[in-house]
Amino acid sequence: MNDLSFLKPASRQIDFDNFDDRLLLYVLQYEPSFFTCISCGGCTATCSAGNLTNFNVRKIGLWLRRGETEKLSEEIQKCMFCGKCTLVCPRDINIRNVILLIKKRIAMLKNENTPA
Amino acid sequence: MNNKHVAVIGGGIAGMEAASVLARQGLKVTLIEKQANTGGKLNDWDHLFPDFSSPDELVSSLATKTKDSGVNTVYNTEISRIERAGKRFELRANQDVRFYADAVLVASGFNVFDATIKEEYGYGLFGNVITSVDFEKRMKKHGQLRTIQGTAPKRVAIIHCVGSRDAKVGNTYCSKVCCITGIKQAIEISEMLPDCEVFCFYMDLRLYGSTFDSLYLQAQKRHKIQFIRGRLSEAAERADKSIQIKAEDTLQGRPLRMTVDMVILLVGMEPGASTSQLIQKNQMTVDENGFLKSTNMHCARNQSTQEGIFMAGTAICPMAVNETIENARSAATEIIHFFENHRP
Repeated sequence: MNDLSFLKPASRQIDFDNFDDRLLLYVLQYEPSFFTCISCGGCTATCSAGNLTNFNVRKIGLWLRRGETEKLSEEIQKCMFCGKCTLVCPRDINIRNVILLIKKRIAMLKNENTPA
Repeated sequence: MNNKHVAVIGGGIAGMEAASVLARQGLKVTLIEKQANTGGKLNDWDHLFPDFSSPDELVSSLATKTKDSGVNTVYNTEISRIERAGKRFELRANQDVRFYADAVLVASGFNVFDATIKEEYGYGLFGNVITSVDFEKRMKKHGQLRTIQGTAPKRVAIIHCVGSRDAKVGNTYCSKVCCITGIKQAIEISEMLPDCEVFCFYMDLRLYGSTFDSLYLQAQKRHKIQFIRGRLSEAAERADKSIQIKAEDTLQGRPLRMTVDMVILLVGMEPGASTSQLIQKNQMTVDENGFLKSTNMHCARNQSTQEGIFMAGTAICPMAVNETIENARSAATEIIHFFENHRP
């Protein structure tokens, strides 16, 4: 049978009705300052990794708030934890800790899903 | 009411306007200015937004109004204390001068944010990084904008929110007048130097005034000013004294770097240095941002938390020139009501 799946492409919409908040709730619990981000981009501008790769630390935050767990787990590997993002943040968010918490939570979720 | 005496602290535009309104109502008014002349910070500004009018004309018309209405203006006198003395107030000045008044109006203004605190922007380190206040002073003095090398800049970056909306410097509030100041200065640069490219780096453009958005439109349409949504992370001086700046073009989602001949930092407004001195020994309090607190921000904007002491202008919060003058008139009205209702 012919593959007709292209006739029904996956939606590009951000789906707030099926929101994956497993990462977000964990980050907010330990780093509540994260919620005050205004997407100014100061972090991305100063980011060591972002100047050499397509890593965008501001978008990490945005994906976290939109529940885009899949994208995050791969992207987060590019961070070098230099902490410059935290130094420039006008909202005084500990961005370095946010990234660390995302990593931790992803590891926890992986362990939960791995059969003993 | 006519034998009542009001002491107005601060001879800037708020103090002058309020003093002249009160004097025209028949009150005895003493306007106390710490400097040798009235007009305050407006004496340094070259043009006002949004109409590019002259601050000198405004200051001199207010000075005439103050003089003609019979206000007694005292110069070179800085009030350090306001204390209650029976039903009146005793004001102490620097050189042991004392004033007595039935009501006090604090119009002590604001401080300009010290941009050297944002070290990463290089103000005070790199000669071609200046503030919006330096821009006004230079334009007023020289009528032109030049780099430290003496050349006309070919590319200028204007940086919004310097010292405002920044937890790192302790100011989380918006100074609200900087966005429109940046657009005004961008237009002035482009008119003066038509070959100069001007970029504004902003987080949000807060153009709250009724005619501010049309100036924004004009800046884009007629002057080709470019607006980039991203906060500056750092500035560095190159060997040729040009400045390399880094920001994220957040709408592209990519980091950006740009070399410019000059950087103008739009510095915000901070509570006046004299404010903290004045609130000692009386029960005036400050709000979360360090500006003088009103008893009610809607219906008693000019009343301080201490009965009989009123406030006007930027001692309350960041304000534009027109708002400051309106606010001063409202303070004068509240003082008149105070005498009518409380001190028959």
